[in-house]
Amino acid sequence: MWTSEMTLMMWDGVKETIFMTLLSTLFGYLLGLPMGIALAVTDRSGIKPNAVIYKVLDVIANVVRSVPFLILLILVMPFTKMIVGKSYGTAATVVPLTIAAAPFIGRMIESSINEVDRGVIEAAQSMGASTMTIIIHVLLVEARTSILVGVTIALGTILGYSAMAGIVGGGGLGDIAMRYGYYRYESEIMFVAVILLVVLVQIFQTAGMSMSVKLDRRKR
Amino acid sequence: MAGIIEVRNLSKTFVTKDGDVEALQDINLSIQAGDIYGIIGMSGAGKSTLVRCLNFLERPTSGTVEIEGRDLGSLREKELRAKRAGIAMIFQHFNLLMQKNVIDNICFPLLYAGVSQKDGGQRGAMGKKDARKRAEELLEIVGMTEKAGAYPSQLSGGQKQRVAIARALAANPKILLCDEATSALDPQTTQSILQLLKQINRDYGITIVIITHEMSVVREICSHVAIIGGGRLVEQGRVAEIFSHPKTKEAKELIVRGRGEERRTLESHQKDLMKGKCCIRIVFSVNSSFEPVIANMVLRFGQPINILRADTKNVEGIARGEMILSLPDDVQVQQDMKAYLIERGLDVEEVDGYVD
Repeated sequence: MWTSEMTLMMWDGVKETIFMTLLSTLFGYLLGLPMGIALAVTDRSGIKPNAVIYKVLDVIANVVRSVPFLILLILVMPFTKMIVGKSYGTAATVVPLTIAAAPFIGRMIESSINEVDRGVIEAAQSMGASTMTIIIHVLLVEARTSILVGVTIALGTILGYSAMAGIVGGGGLGDIAMRYGYYRYESEIMFVAVILLVVLVQIFQTAGMSMSVKLDRRKR
Repeated sequence: MAGIIEVRNLSKTFVTKDGDVEALQDINLSIQAGDIYGIIGMSGAGKSTLVRCLNFLERPTSGTVEIEGRDLGSLREKELRAKRAGIAMIFQHFNLLMQKNVIDNICFPLLYAGVSQKDGGQRGAMGKKDARKRAEELLEIVGMTEKAGAYPSQLSGGQKQRVAIARALAANPKILLCDEATSALDPQTTQSILQLLKQINRDYGITIVIITHEMSVVREICSHVAIIGGGRLVEQGRVAEIFSHPKTKEAKELIVRGRGEERRTLESHQKDLMKGKCCIRIVFSVNSSFEPVIANMVLRFGQPINILRADTKNVEGIARGEMILSLPDDVQVQQDMKAYLIERGLDVEEVDGYVD
């Protein structure tokens, strides 16, 4: 009963899921990276404390992160429609995914940067390095391993969210699992979709971790 | 004469949840160009805060810091950063970039920290090639040429500090601040780092300020010393003067504590003395201290012995005397002396090369 059409559908599902995940992660980092840097830098113990900026970003991060993704998905639909032109499909799903991912990524960047040894920052300051120089050449370089671990975690999480978007026709493997498993009781197809999701997470995880270890110069 | 560093009425108060902490109170210091100036104090005395005030990593609550006649407090952020490039700093934990190799660490101030070779502080200073060349010269000065490609995690503490020194020198600084720079190192490595600092002071005329809690460091290389206790400067002057006539309680305490450190250095001398000699270690138990054993032994055998070391140690709550003796060369006399000591209830043990 497994037809080549289904294989094709699965293959499309995989491609859509990867597309959504990678694109949302990319956009997520475009927003989340500056946000995380700003959070870490303006923190009370940061290199350029600024209570106002910190508080604003802090509240934004907490508010967005406390909205369940499914609700967020529906909440931002008008906005999605404005940007993409429709509120369903893979391209449309990227919008809520990015919005959900950015503050989460920002938090991870913040904690990665906060792990950087204060002494190294102090050394750079004692050399007369500017705040920008310290961010680019000290903080991001020293936090590199931790940031890459964060990317791995983000990919896994966003992939999970993307599957959730299947409920509202978001495309990808989650959509397939939803349509066939939930609405039509064709559990085989759902199982295959889930297995493929697991495999994807594994691949992202392994690739991400090996890259972060490879780029870590601390232990050799 | 105005010094290269002039600190006037400097106070620093930290505001914390449990109230204000006065870390430094009314500090006055004048450090002349070319000095190696020690600032010593027990931990918590405020010396690390003081050194951070010298390059405004910490802003003083009141008072002024003048470097080469410029009041740091009057500088704008950008000017301050340029000024800092001429005030290098090394740290207890080295603070190297762990993700960059040795040569890139040294290139850091050359490439990014707005250090110019000529006028000590313009931005966009050096090309990559020039920076690398300069970094290689610096590596040679600190004797680390063969480690250029290594990462800090592959280096020992002493090697890391050498790299940190090379990085500090990159900016052609007039002043080098050392914040407990040898405190994480063993005595031998400490010695070699101190020698390197001395050499840098001599060869480049760089004024060095050394923050430490070890009297031995001050005695080894400093010309002047200031003693900090409880956030106040309690005594300052030439090292030789303070050493022979300490006036304050803090100074006396530090000098006495310094004796312990000194012993470690002495022990390595002892090793040399003991070479080729028959040496024994004797331990006095409680009762054996009533009789003047050593004096009697010398009288009895009519042969001189050399006391290399004598000490009392607290072992399990009981004071025990310990001595290291160097015996005469005559083998027969050696045998007899050992027998004599054992007879008197002393523990005798032959030692070669000193073991603690």
